[in-house]
Amino acid sequence: MVLLKMKFTQQRRVRLAQGLWLLSWLAVMCGAFIFCLGVYLKTELLRRAEVMDNAEIHVVPNILMMVGLASIGTNWVASRVCQDSMDASRFPRWKVLLLVWFGAAALLCCLLVAVVVLSYALQGRLEESLKVGLRNGIRFYKDTDVPGRCFQKETIDRLQMEFRCCGNNNFKDWFEVQWVSNRYLDFTSKDVKDRIRSNVDGRYLLDSVPFSCCNPASPRPCLQHHLTDNSAHYNYEYQAEELNLYSRGCRQALIDYYMDLMNSTGPGVLSVILIQISVLVSLRYLQTAVDGAMALENPEGNSEGYLLEKGLKETLEEVKANVLDMLKFGQVDPAAEESPEAAGGEKAADSPTEKAASPPSTS
Amino acid sequence: MAVLKVKFTKTKRDKLAQVLWILNWISVVTGILLFSLGLFLKVEINKRGELMAERDVQYVPNMLIAVGLIACAINFLGGKICYDCVDAAKFLRWKLIMLPYLICTFFFTFCVLVGAVMCYAMLGELQEALELGLTRAMRFYKDTDLPGRCFLKRTVDLLQIEFQCCGNSGYRDWFQIQWVSNRYLDMSQKEVLDRFRSNVEGKYLMDGVPFSCCNVNSPRPCIQHQITNNSAHFNYEHQTEEQNLWMQGCRQALLHHYSSITRSIGLTVLVTWLFELSVLTGVRYLQTSLENVLRQGDPNSESEGWLLERSFIETARTNLNIIKSLGKSNQIDAAAHADPNINAPSTSKAHYGPDDVPPRPGPAASCQ
Repeated sequence: MVLLKMKFTQQRRVRLAQGLWLLSWLAVMCGAFIFCLGVYLKTELLRRAEVMDNAEIHVVPNILMMVGLASIGTNWVASRVCQDSMDASRFPRWKVLLLVWFGAAALLCCLLVAVVVLSYALQGRLEESLKVGLRNGIRFYKDTDVPGRCFQKETIDRLQMEFRCCGNNNFKDWFEVQWVSNRYLDFTSKDVKDRIRSNVDGRYLLDSVPFSCCNPASPRPCLQHHLTDNSAHYNYEYQAEELNLYSRGCRQALIDYYMDLMNSTGPGVLSVILIQISVLVSLRYLQTAVDGAMALENPEGNSEGYLLEKGLKETLEEVKANVLDMLKFGQVDPAAEESPEAAGGEKAADSPTEKAASPPSTS
Repeated sequence: MAVLKVKFTKTKRDKLAQVLWILNWISVVTGILLFSLGLFLKVEINKRGELMAERDVQYVPNMLIAVGLIACAINFLGGKICYDCVDAAKFLRWKLIMLPYLICTFFFTFCVLVGAVMCYAMLGELQEALELGLTRAMRFYKDTDLPGRCFLKRTVDLLQIEFQCCGNSGYRDWFQIQWVSNRYLDMSQKEVLDRFRSNVEGKYLMDGVPFSCCNVNSPRPCIQHQITNNSAHFNYEHQTEEQNLWMQGCRQALLHHYSSITRSIGLTVLVTWLFELSVLTGVRYLQTSLENVLRQGDPNSESEGWLLERSFIETARTNLNIIKSLGKSNQIDAAAHADPNINAPSTSKAHYGPDDVPPRPGPAASCQ
């Protein structure tokens, strides 16, 4: 009971080979596209690596790059097989390689599906990583004289200006952190001393934000300091003021940006999966049809192509039996080590059983 | 005595025609490139249109766009002509058009050269436009409630952030204008009123700059207000502080940006001009060699090609005479100067002149 049998005339076989050759070159280009996509995503993630705590999200672009390269190779092999399929002398040498090829192509499709799933599943981890990274960035904003942290100020300022965001969740995060270094605080001044004393940890906290939180679209020159004090500025109401600073938090801004990026690549990846599956199915039909034609007396006659010779369950059981046989063949038999003739006899006894097992799968 | 004479065999002529066909198609591509470069320049200038005063700098990208389109058309026609030139019979179709085509292309390459020169000459006018435009934009920075000017604050802020610059020539330009609107000044406070009164024109001036002047690379939180007052900030010296604000003026920054664009565009146009000139020379050789072949009668024979049939001075003289005679063909020619063998109309009866008198009717023909 053959799975999805189709009849093939000589002309249909030739057309299938030509069409599949074009399709496999298209799949090669799709593989290159997937690779470039992976590279782009990785560079975007690396650019903001300073505000990310861990690199778990990098598994998505890494898989994309590997799959892209592997897909280029596999589909190039498929195009070579198509070229040789019309030549009866050259086609048989691809027999064993095709089995491996089918396995590899199926694996690539599974990996691509996994990438799509992962890009959604890892969103939570990305958010955690950004939360910790941004918190550290804000905490070390003032440490421009400490080696290893001296660029945090520049990083956070540029990030806030580019993504139009302020703080981790919102601008109030800056109220909880001392972002003015002690180097620039006049410790002889009464104001400064009072403020430091009033804080439990001895930190100089302000209700102010850095200049990079300022919104250029505000009609009013930016108010950075004494934000919660309505009387400090003329005609100013802290609760009603919306345009003065960026209202969005940087974590949300970055998550939105990266999710947009991965979502926009989703349709591309899905169409590449479809193309790869169609190459796989077409190559299987071509292989079985050409094999059938070569077994006939008249190679130009009609032959049948199918996906699986037996039904799905029977094929799986056969594959299991083959694999077990191969494992048994690899085992070292203690009796065979002592007598080489017995080993030769065993080998002679094993090979017919293997030969009996292999023809059903390769015919 | 022809200028730069070259002998052409049949194979050489054919190869020249094929090479010129390919070169013409490459020139079509460079024409498209010129067009897109002109479009790019136009977009870049319009992006900062609010910061440029009314100076006519649009003529440069417009000329590049026009030149690009005309280059496409001319080289497309040239490609068709060269494709047909391999066959002497098809060349007859184009024989009459080729000389006018060559003259047009020659003037067109001259236009390309003018375009390249204009790219470099544009910068002077651009500097003036930017200076006036930036002054105006900074003056209206505070007018976020006036229609037509309400986006200038945002434009100037984004410009200073993107180009890492402050003010027109430097940050001190902000000290000379009032950039805080009266809407946000508490007129009941003594300090505010004092400041207003101390200024001749009644403007609220301060030694402060907007937040967009702040330098991201500064190790210290940005000092925007009371910049010249050393005692207002701890451990601060106004004269030696260089990293606090952006030091470059925006006019300089924008000019630098535009000059790098126009310089690279100018270079590309010059290279295109040289390429067009070489294609023109090739087509001229092809035309003259094919005409000589037709004159000799045998399509497979060798022929000569040249740039000009006679020397440069003689050709110029001949052309001037042709142009003069074109003007003269409408004039009435006096019989004394006319050569009866050439100027046939002077001997006909219908030609009246100062010496010719209409024939008097004879006594027999008089009407009575």
